[in-house]
Amino acid sequence: MRSRLVIVFAAVVGLLTSVSLAAHHTGATLLSEESVTMKGTVESWLWSNPHCLLSINITGEDGEVVKWVLETQAPNSVYSAGYRSNSFKNGDEVTVSFQSAANGQPFGRLSSAVLPDGRQLGGRGRGAAPQGAGPQ
Amino acid sequence: MLNRYLVVMVGLLGTALILPVGALAQDSAPLTWPDPVPNRQPVAEADKKPAPQRSLVGMWGSRLGNQAKGVQLRPNDGTPGDPLPFTPYGLELYESYRPAEGVPPRAVPPAETNDPRTLCEPLGFPRINHYDLGVQIFQDEHKVAILYNYDNPWRIIWTDGRSLPTLVEGGVEMDGQYRAPRWTGYSVGRWLDDYTLEVQTVGTMPEDRVWLDNTGRPISDQVRVTETFRRLDYDTLEWSETIDDPKMYTRPWQTMQIPMTLQDGRTDAITRYCSPTEIEEYNRIYGDAASAR
Repeated sequence: MRSRLVIVFAAVVGLLTSVSLAAHHTGATLLSEESVTMKGTVESWLWSNPHCLLSINITGEDGEVVKWVLETQAPNSVYSAGYRSNSFKNGDEVTVSFQSAANGQPFGRLSSAVLPDGRQLGGRGRGAAPQGAGPQ
Repeated sequence: MLNRYLVVMVGLLGTALILPVGALAQDSAPLTWPDPVPNRQPVAEADKKPAPQRSLVGMWGSRLGNQAKGVQLRPNDGTPGDPLPFTPYGLELYESYRPAEGVPPRAVPPAETNDPRTLCEPLGFPRINHYDLGVQIFQDEHKVAILYNYDNPWRIIWTDGRSLPTLVEGGVEMDGQYRAPRWTGYSVGRWLDDYTLEVQTVGTMPEDRVWLDNTGRPISDQVRVTETFRRLDYDTLEWSETIDDPKMYTRPWQTMQIPMTLQDGRTDAITRYCSPTEIEEYNRIYGDAASAR
């Protein structure tokens, strides 16, 4: 019995330590390590728990428009990074930096956004919540 | 004579009513709603002041308080370390829990998790200590009250010398009477010295209602939790926690030792809550699809 438990436990530990270092898990989403910066048009901004969501239409190099959904942390965490419930208006042209989902779908974790008036939300120096910090 | 007496009385009464208002107005700073900054940076060494004696009062935050990948001292993030001393039953439960936090493949997409938190169940104690920890603490001569930021739970720690209830099957016994378990348990505290409060808690919820942390470590209603609140200086409160749960772990182990920083007491914190409707909307728009494998 004891040896079986040891085997089971060793298997669990093995699984936990075999995770690729090229990706990490924050909240529910496996993210790629690289951050990308793109311009797009805001479709909606959801100021909500557990995480805020920015939907933005981005035109790719092939001319196709793809709707990306980017998450931040919860309102109380991103407030100090400059985000507010009225930060984005539908139709705003904004520049966003984010890590995309590792599964290749158009989702990602927003790290910063530059508004039409040039103001930056999040990013270094704005007190943005670090990876894995803030409410999950 | 009567009229003169009345005039004097009215005058005195008026003075009594007006004076405190005037005095208060002179002492008050302009009233504002300062921006919420719940995680102020630690105070510089040179600016530190002595701690008040036997007081934990204040609004406290910490950048280490999130503990998204498991309890602070034993993160469940894939880094090598001593395995937790699970009992067979504890390990069986651990393997049956499917968290949405931590690292895959143990961490699963939101649609597959069985974390009671995603149903907006109360986190329970001590998990409330391991979830985006930020608090406001008030106290009087009988007790310490802790108000948690996330979902607004609160707990009372009795410091008036009463004894800790006795753990019995399915609850606790105090003064010869049975009491049911509850989400924050039953806590008593005693000052070890003028700056250190030790708190014992029993009578928490059973393992089919609560988890220890975000990565699905188990905890049972047989746990005895020992916390130490050590006021290091005016701006720093060290919050330590050790759990002794013979149903889940073969020996006690320490879960956290977090320095909390005193925040601006005028901060009007933004509410952090769990809303089933908002979680459903989040998963519909983002969570499930973004984390699909």
